[in-house]
Amino acid sequence: MWQFFHKLGSPKWFYGIATRFMPWLLASGLLLLAGGLAWGLAFAPADYLQGNSYRIIFIHVPTAFLAQSMYIMMAVAAVVTLVWRMKLADVFVKAVAPVGLVFTFLSLFTGAVWGKPTWGTWWVWDARLTSMLILLFLYGGVIALDRAINDEKSAARAVAVLVLVGVVNIPIIKYSVNWWNTLHQPATFKLTEKPSMPVEMWVPLLLSVLGLYLLFGWLACLRMKTEILVREQKTRWVKDLVMAGRG
Amino acid sequence: MHPIRKKRLTIVLFLVAGIAIAVALTTYALRQNINLFYDPTEIAAGKAPQDVRIRAGGMVEEGSVQRDPESLNVQFRVTDYSASVPVQYEGILPDLFAEGQGVVAMGRLNAEGMFVADQVLAKHDENYMPPEVAESLERAEKRKADAEKAAQSASY
Amino acid sequence: MAFDSFSAFIAMEGHGPYVWSCYAVFFILVAGMMIWSARRNRAVIEGCKRRFDQQQGTSGRDARPKASATFTRVEVSQD
Repeated sequence: MWQFFHKLGSPKWFYGIATRFMPWLLASGLLLLAGGLAWGLAFAPADYLQGNSYRIIFIHVPTAFLAQSMYIMMAVAAVVTLVWRMKLADVFVKAVAPVGLVFTFLSLFTGAVWGKPTWGTWWVWDARLTSMLILLFLYGGVIALDRAINDEKSAARAVAVLVLVGVVNIPIIKYSVNWWNTLHQPATFKLTEKPSMPVEMWVPLLLSVLGLYLLFGWLACLRMKTEILVREQKTRWVKDLVMAGRG
Repeated sequence: MHPIRKKRLTIVLFLVAGIAIAVALTTYALRQNINLFYDPTEIAAGKAPQDVRIRAGGMVEEGSVQRDPESLNVQFRVTDYSASVPVQYEGILPDLFAEGQGVVAMGRLNAEGMFVADQVLAKHDENYMPPEVAESLERAEKRKADAEKAAQSASY
Repeated sequence: MAFDSFSAFIAMEGHGPYVWSCYAVFFILVAGMMIWSARRNRAVIEGCKRRFDQQQGTSGRDARPKASATFTRVEVSQD
C-alpha cells in the first residue's frame, strides 16, 4: 500500500497513467453528459409545479455537486501536502482550483436564473446561497494566494492551510437547508431514502452528474500534466518525452 | 508512520477541529440571524420584533386567500399548521404562489398583528413529479378522504 | 418527447429564456475551459521543445568531438 502511495508521488508515473486514461475520460464524459442533458431537456416530463423551468436542475445540481466534492478532494490533497510533502498533491490543488471556481460560479448563476421564475427573486441572503457564495470566494482566494507567493514550497503550504480552513464551509453548505430556515428547499437526494423524484427525472440527472464528473477527471489530468511539465521542465524524463513527441 | 509526519498530522487535525468548533459556536450564536425567516409559531409567541423589516415564512392556508377585485391587494394567512399569521400584500405574486404552497414574505409586523408585506417569494419543496402523477396523487387523496367520510357516516 | 413541436421545445411554455440562457452559459464556460486548458498544455509542450532544441543546438557543437570518443551510451533507467 505504501509502495503504491510513493509511486503516486512520482510525477513521471502519474504523467504516464494520465495520458493513458485521458481519451477514455473525455469520450465517456462527453457521451454521458450529452445523453443526460438531451434526455433532461427534451424527454423528461415537466414538473407539476414549476413546469419546464425545472429543467435547469440538470446543470444546476451537477455543477453544485462537483464544486463541493472537488473542494473535499482539494482538502484531502492539502492534508497530504502538509503531512507528507507530496508534490503531486500540491499540483492537484493548483490545477483544480480554477475548475472549481468555474463550477461554483455556474451553480450560482443557474440557481439565480432558476430562482427568478420559481421563487420570484434572483438572489436572497439565505444560508444555502450565502455559504455557496463563500465557496466561490474560497476558490478565488486559493488561486490568488497561490499567485501571490513566488516560492513554490511556501505557496504550497499557505494554499494548503487556506484550503483546510475553508473545508468547514462544506458541511455548512450541505446541511444549511436542514439547520436553518432557508428559501432553498432541502435535498432531493438523500443517502438513506429514495429520491423524491420519479425515475424518468433522476436517471438523466444522474447521467449528467457522472458525465460532468468524468469530464472533470479529464480536465484535472490535463491541467495537472501542464503543471507537472512546467515544474519538471529541466528533468531528463520531460526532455525524452517532449523530444519523442509524446506530449 | 514517521514521527515527524505523525506530528504534522496531529497539528493539521487540531487546526481543522479548532476552526470547526469556532465556526460552529459562531453560527450557533448567530442562528437567529442566519435563519431567513420567522415561522408563524415564533411570531404568535411574540419572538418577532414589531415594526422592523423581517421575513415570515410558512404555508399559505387553504381557503384564506382574498383578492381585492379592484387592485392588486391580497390578503392571506401563513401557517405552519400550529399557528398562523395574517399577511397583507400589494403587488404581483410569483407564479408558484397558491394555496397550500410555501411562501416567504418580507415586510413589517404592525401593532394589530397583521404582517404587511412588500415582497412575497414562493418556496417550493424538494419533491418533483410529472403533472399526471400529481393529479393522480390528488385524486387518490380525495378518494381516501371520501372513503373516510363514508365510513364515518356509516358508523353513525 | 415531452414537447409537441420544435417551437414548443424552444419556448418551454414561457420559461425558454431562463432555461436556454443557463444551458448556453454552461456550454460556453465548460467548453471554453476545456479548450483553454488544452491550448495551455500545447503551449507549454512547445515551449519545452523549443528550449531543448536550442540547448541541443548550442551544446551539440561543443559536444561533437567528444561524442566520437565515447562509443556506447547506455541508457540507464533513472528510477
